[in-house]
Amino acid sequence: MADLQALLNQIQNKIGNTYIQSSEITLGELTLELQSQDLLEVCRLLRDEPSLHFEILIDVCGVDYLNYGVSEWTTNDATRTTFSRGVEENVSEIKWDKPRFAVVYHLLSITHNHRVRLKTFAFGEPPVVPSVIDIWNSANWYEREAFDLYGILFEGHPDLRRILTDYGFIGHPFRKDFPLIGNVEMRYSASKQRVIYEPVSIEPRTLVPKTIRNDHRYLEEEN
Amino acid sequence: MSEIQNYTINFGPQHPAAHGVLRLILEMDGEVVERADPHIGLLHRATEKLAESKPYNQNIGYMDRLDYVSMMCNEHAYVLAIEKLLKITPPIRAQYIRVMFDEITRILNHLLWLGAHALDVGAMSLFLYCFREREDLLDCYEAASGARLHATYYRPGGVYRDLPDSMPKYKPSRWHNEKDITKMNENREGSLLDFIASFIERFPKCVDEYETLLTDNRIWKQRTVGIGVVSPLRALQLGFSGPMLRGSGVEWDLRKKQPYEVYDKMDFSIPVGTMGDCYDRYLVRIEEMRQSNSIIHQCVEWLRHHPGPVMLEEHKIAPPPRLAMKDNMESLIHHFKLFTEGYCIPPGEVYAAIEHPKGEFGIYLISDGANKPYRVKIRAAGFPHLAALDEMVRGHMLADVVAIIGTQDIVFGEIDR
Repeated sequence: MADLQALLNQIQNKIGNTYIQSSEITLGELTLELQSQDLLEVCRLLRDEPSLHFEILIDVCGVDYLNYGVSEWTTNDATRTTFSRGVEENVSEIKWDKPRFAVVYHLLSITHNHRVRLKTFAFGEPPVVPSVIDIWNSANWYEREAFDLYGILFEGHPDLRRILTDYGFIGHPFRKDFPLIGNVEMRYSASKQRVIYEPVSIEPRTLVPKTIRNDHRYLEEEN
Repeated sequence: MSEIQNYTINFGPQHPAAHGVLRLILEMDGEVVERADPHIGLLHRATEKLAESKPYNQNIGYMDRLDYVSMMCNEHAYVLAIEKLLKITPPIRAQYIRVMFDEITRILNHLLWLGAHALDVGAMSLFLYCFREREDLLDCYEAASGARLHATYYRPGGVYRDLPDSMPKYKPSRWHNEKDITKMNENREGSLLDFIASFIERFPKCVDEYETLLTDNRIWKQRTVGIGVVSPLRALQLGFSGPMLRGSGVEWDLRKKQPYEVYDKMDFSIPVGTMGDCYDRYLVRIEEMRQSNSIIHQCVEWLRHHPGPVMLEEHKIAPPPRLAMKDNMESLIHHFKLFTEGYCIPPGEVYAAIEHPKGEFGIYLISDGANKPYRVKIRAAGFPHLAALDEMVRGHMLADVVAIIGTQDIVFGEIDR
């Protein structure tokens, strides 16, 4: 794999620092953060510039940062049944100071054998980012998926339909405020002779609460 | 003359050639496909969201159920992502075991693909031949992990346990007498490695058998040559990977180009196609089976002579041995903590990809420092392939749609996730 610092310098030379909000090299991977209005221009350069030549779009995924860094652990009321009662249900504390939704692109250049990750934050409700479908055709389904699961709109996508969820599904299931058990359940009703939807009858349970422990092993490395 | 209109066909979701639950809306002009619109998601289980609610190790089992014909490869990507974030490297023996089982899995996957693809196109007998060999490989899975399909064998920090010294044997029954059983158990007398060694000795001849049935078969060629042609440039545009990309003549294999584990110590070559049609992809996969066979051979040789640990001794991540738990307080605490709360991973994000039998299978993991992943994105290998189905089938006959679905090696467990 190519030297990431060299790759970053090359990208900065070709694209110009104005477009790149921040860059980071961690764990052998290069991440660039972009503004969504610059996305198309940067992507086109990344694909067409001979020394970069990211010809494959590996993946597009949405991320919801609503509960980032918030743990659910309160032990006061834990009972014998499960941890459920010991879990703080309404999360109020938000530690994330950037926009809630992000779209992450993974690019791969097979000519030069290097990878880069682009991250762009989507503003507004519904969040909007431009579609890269004209640059990489494979973005089609990836963007449909991100739209379906997170409700992120991709401006310029010719066919932004739901892809993974049921026909007529309401909501965007991978958002952090969408319950894991869903909102509706479906069954066959013998009396109506068809499949019907009803509000879920099960109760949410947390078997293992989310805890965040700042392990000294990792803190030492950072200092 | 009456006006003939285009009509729309609903293909699947309950169709034997749909490889699971694919629903295709085909717009036909006579028998020629004008447009195909795959409807997916009928097997959507929200694995990624489920994974966000479980400690890291409990999600390994979900990974098996993604591409349910190449189980350990899915685990591998997930485990690699965790290891990358934790900055740990498993012991060398575990790496060899992983490579060996990755290749066993590749053969498993390609055998199922070959059998099903041939069956779709009309060659019935091959399915049975392929399953004969699959049976032995699944026995290897069972001997190593205890499960024939959903192994959960790879763990962050190594593999669950070392390879066993004995193989499970057949027992006499109403249908098999003592003499038959002795013959059936012939290659099961030794260790798992002996069994695998006997398999890889025999397997190239089996591949020859498959090739006799198909490679020069007139009907097979009529059904696959020139069908579903994808040019190298289009293959890149459409985000292809694995045999689909190599079939189009692009030499790209993560095992060679971005080696993980001990693939850089392995001697093997990457087959590539020239035409980019179904027949080339068939040839590529057949050759990959032979290459995998040779990689397994190299791993078996190494594993025979290099005993050692298969799991890290770091008990904050890997559980302590069962015996130590009985008389060591600290081990007991480690065990309890690991199996209730799990371990926390430092904040960060990572993308780990492996050369899955179907292409590049990647896990994009975001951790916020908790004991559960904040976001797991599974980059399924088959997803971009199926997305390109529309482009591949346009202008082909209805019967070719089946051949193209077959050549894409679609498994809905990973596409729908």
